[in-house]
Amino acid sequence: MNHLLEIAYLIGSVSFVLGLKMMGQPDSARKGNGVAAFGMAVAVLGTLFLGSEGFRVIPHIEWIAGAIALDVGAGTVMAKRVQMTAMPEMVSLFNGMGGLCAALISMIEWRALAVSGEVANMPVLHYLPVMAGLIIGTVSFVGSMVAWGKLNGRLGDFHFKGQQFINLVLVSAILAASWLNHVHAGEEGGVVWFYATLVLSGIYGLFFVFPIGGADMPVVISLLNSFTGVAAACGGFLYHNNVMLMGGVLVGSAGTILTVVMCQAMNRSLVNVLIGMAGQSSGSGGAKSASGGSVREVQATDVAIMMKYASKVVIVPGYGLAVAQAQHICHELESLLESEGVDVKYAIHPVAGRMPGHMNVLLAESNVSYDKLVEMEHINPEFSTTDTVLIVGANDVVNPAAKTDPSSPIYGMPILDVDQSKQIVVLKRSMKAGYAGIDNELFFNPKCGMLFGDAKESLQKLVNEIKSL
Amino acid sequence: MQGTRESASEKRLEKRLDMTEILNFIGENITFIYLMVLMIFVGIELISHVPSVLHTPLMSGANAIHGVVLIGAIIVLGKAADDDYLSLGLGFAGVIVGTLNVMGGFVVTDRMLEMFKKKPGKGGAK
Repeated sequence: MNHLLEIAYLIGSVSFVLGLKMMGQPDSARKGNGVAAFGMAVAVLGTLFLGSEGFRVIPHIEWIAGAIALDVGAGTVMAKRVQMTAMPEMVSLFNGMGGLCAALISMIEWRALAVSGEVANMPVLHYLPVMAGLIIGTVSFVGSMVAWGKLNGRLGDFHFKGQQFINLVLVSAILAASWLNHVHAGEEGGVVWFYATLVLSGIYGLFFVFPIGGADMPVVISLLNSFTGVAAACGGFLYHNNVMLMGGVLVGSAGTILTVVMCQAMNRSLVNVLIGMAGQSSGSGGAKSASGGSVREVQATDVAIMMKYASKVVIVPGYGLAVAQAQHICHELESLLESEGVDVKYAIHPVAGRMPGHMNVLLAESNVSYDKLVEMEHINPEFSTTDTVLIVGANDVVNPAAKTDPSSPIYGMPILDVDQSKQIVVLKRSMKAGYAGIDNELFFNPKCGMLFGDAKESLQKLVNEIKSL
Repeated sequence: MQGTRESASEKRLEKRLDMTEILNFIGENITFIYLMVLMIFVGIELISHVPSVLHTPLMSGANAIHGVVLIGAIIVLGKAADDDYLSLGLGFAGVIVGTLNVMGGFVVTDRMLEMFKKKPGKGGAK
């Protein structure tokens, strides 16, 4: 007996654990990704060329190799060409592909069982992984596609009364259909219940993600990510394949914890995210604070003078900066100010951008030095000694309502204390509300000036003005 | 009367069979169950103390790792009958989306993490 395949799987599994461990530290993160990728390559090659009898080529290698070859190129190009700003939706898309893969495996496996007639005499526990893989995989696929569509703006929010109730009904219906599938397994026409389970799971995927607000999407993607992990683990159970089982369970549990940790960073409870609380309460919260005060509009020239003669400037980047692709010009402004002797720092809120860490990635891309990116806990005490705060396309993370207004959907979320500084300048396209859909009282603060316009153009103007001063 | 009692005991027998079935299943798969439980703890341990900066790359990395489901698709496609075109087609699609998950996942993660490598040296050059 030849155990090479098992050894390949062992190498794969150990690499996954090691890789994930290394990815948890900034210094070794990239290497960790490489280690995990290496483990994956070993496991896949092992599956293709090793069997219990030693070296052998898997049947239908031409199909498999063709599919892989098609994709290695396509996948790499897609991943390489995607803009850094579109990263979250790309992750969601790839996650959906994994879910679809798991669902397809279950479909084929069930068909094979049904055709051979084995299914009629099979104990239910033996095909439990098939059904679980089908349901979880389908929910993950459809959900990820919806999340993908919402993140790139193709799909809007959509909720109606009684949605939670309908979701509950759907879950019961899925369970009922899979039970009927078990009862009628092997009978003529019994396969109908299999397809019913499939369709219901798909509908549930839609209803599960649709009502959740865009700002909570990262949490949902992370959750769906762990779903796909569980679906992969079902495959591992089905084929008694250790690497699939370990990889799947690892992602399933790590993804769940990551989801919880993300929720904590945003100070939201997972339950609230899942039933789409933000979407519902935002309406009332927004209407309430809409009244009162007027905003002060400022000109680029004034802001340029303000910043050039400041001794300390803190830049608060947000998603607006990412959308306008303004990270490079932002770095230019920072270098320019530094050369004028101004102390410049970036205040990074844990959920700035669309995902935790998103802003760091974007700014690092444009060569902003790592030690200039200061996390919220460390920058907050510094605001009282800051002359000018420049808010570029950020909104909810500086909204004082998080501290003062208990009815606000973001109440309790830790924010950047920008109002402690002497001057605040907000670069913003318009007075439109932020992603959480609520107004920001900060803009009515007498210390605050608004510089309207596209973030990139505004920053360019500032750079030009400072140069010409 | 006799009949109902018989069927009742039959039912009970069936139920008992179900119980042993479950126990058998657990017995047969005990190593997998051990593996699963241990892996759950490993996953929790690995992620609990990670700085929030790394959440996005980590999610993306985990996303690539569950691409291991590709192996299932390969196995399924490998054992499909030569003339079973439906299974072959579905399996082919499975391998395609699975590979997309793996390749795309790792490359995107690498691109994100590439950014973290640039330490003060390069950023400081003005």
